[in-house]
Amino acid sequence: MQEENKTAQFEAIALPLFGAAYNLARWLVRDDHDAEDVVQEAYLRAFRFFGGYRGGDSRSWLLTIVRNTCYTWLQQNRSRELTEPIEDKLDEVGFSAENPETRLLQTLDAQRVRQALAELPIEFREILIMREMEDLSYKQISTIADLPIGTVMSRLARGRKRLRELLVSRMSKESLN
Amino acid sequence: MICQEAHRLIHPYLDGELDLVRSLEIEAHLKECQTCAQAYTELRSLHSAVSDAALRFEPPAALRNRVRSAVRDESPDESGATNRSARLSWRWMIPAMSFAVLVILAVSLLALLGRPSTSDLMAQEIVSSHVRSLMEKHLTDVPSSDQHTVRPWFDGRLDFSPPVKDLASAGFSLVGGRLDYIGNRPVAALVYQHRQHYINVFVCPSTGASDTSGRALVRQGYNLINWSDSGMNYWAVSDLNLAELQQFVQLLQNDRAAVRAKLLESVGRRVGI
Repeated sequence: MQEENKTAQFEAIALPLFGAAYNLARWLVRDDHDAEDVVQEAYLRAFRFFGGYRGGDSRSWLLTIVRNTCYTWLQQNRSRELTEPIEDKLDEVGFSAENPETRLLQTLDAQRVRQALAELPIEFREILIMREMEDLSYKQISTIADLPIGTVMSRLARGRKRLRELLVSRMSKESLN
Repeated sequence: MICQEAHRLIHPYLDGELDLVRSLEIEAHLKECQTCAQAYTELRSLHSAVSDAALRFEPPAALRNRVRSAVRDESPDESGATNRSARLSWRWMIPAMSFAVLVILAVSLLALLGRPSTSDLMAQEIVSSHVRSLMEKHLTDVPSSDQHTVRPWFDGRLDFSPPVKDLASAGFSLVGGRLDYIGNRPVAALVYQHRQHYINVFVCPSTGASDTSGRALVRQGYNLINWSDSGMNYWAVSDLNLAELQQFVQLLQNDRAAVRAKLLESVGRRVGI
């Protein structure tokens, strides 16, 4: 690949994904400034690895690098955010509507959801961001997060359940006040 | 389908990840089971709440440009070169500049060595002029095989008098003379013919003091011989083979040498050597 060509090709592939890359990074590191640094670092890494990119799903390719860069950054700067391991249990995937408070969910507003989402452990948060915001398939998420599809499914289910619980408990507190 | 199974499959159903058969089964179950239908409705509202565009973080406008130029700095092509050099520390700048100076020197030296010499440029001009004289049917200004006609024709047209010699007896007949312009000055062109081959002999006062013997060159398939003699610089050019051209040059030189020998002889006799 010629060098000038390489830069142009990289830009043609990676720049349209800039919004997705920033959104994922911002949700993972949860800080504007840190997200900017991480995205820049991720793009430089991606450019260095671009020779190894053999076409195909460019979103999965780039977002894998963005995610890895986020994890490296968190490891170096905020490692305790990564020290709460979660157990992937398939039997916990149910989604129950038995709680009468669930009806509150219909009055969800963006600010509330944003806060609840930010509180989720990173393992659930990242899957939800990729699925709900970036509209990635289970297969793509499993590639990016380097997880079996079954784990992606269970984390997605548990993440939704936890998110719902967070929202419900907040709203009940608010209504009590 | 039982509720437990429905709970497991409700997420992939919502996410469009289920095959057609399973999707139809879930849909059938949701029509029958109020609890599961309620759960599904909630799940959908949660899904649409999280996928709300308002929850996305948009990159600051400047970031895209910053990342772009950072990437270009990484790339070794020209667009990034200036930015990168600005980032180099002085520690690196000094050896880098010394190296650059060396490179510049080496390149200039190579350019000097590789530059065509004056005589190469001259040879090129001579070949062009020779080709042009044959191409444009402008071989001669004064068509004559008589050296006593050709030589005086140059008087008043040039600031020198070119020696003209007819070598018809040796098979090189004089065709005529022509004014030409080579090496930024007007020169005499003497045209000879040997069989079907034309020979142009360009004559002008030489710049160097000493006489030089014939130097043969080949340019674009033409043979050239350059020599100087008695303050005159000669270029003979022709498509004639080199041996015959050398023979022709020899004849011209011999003639000159013979004249000079005779002259010396007569001078010597006069001074009583």
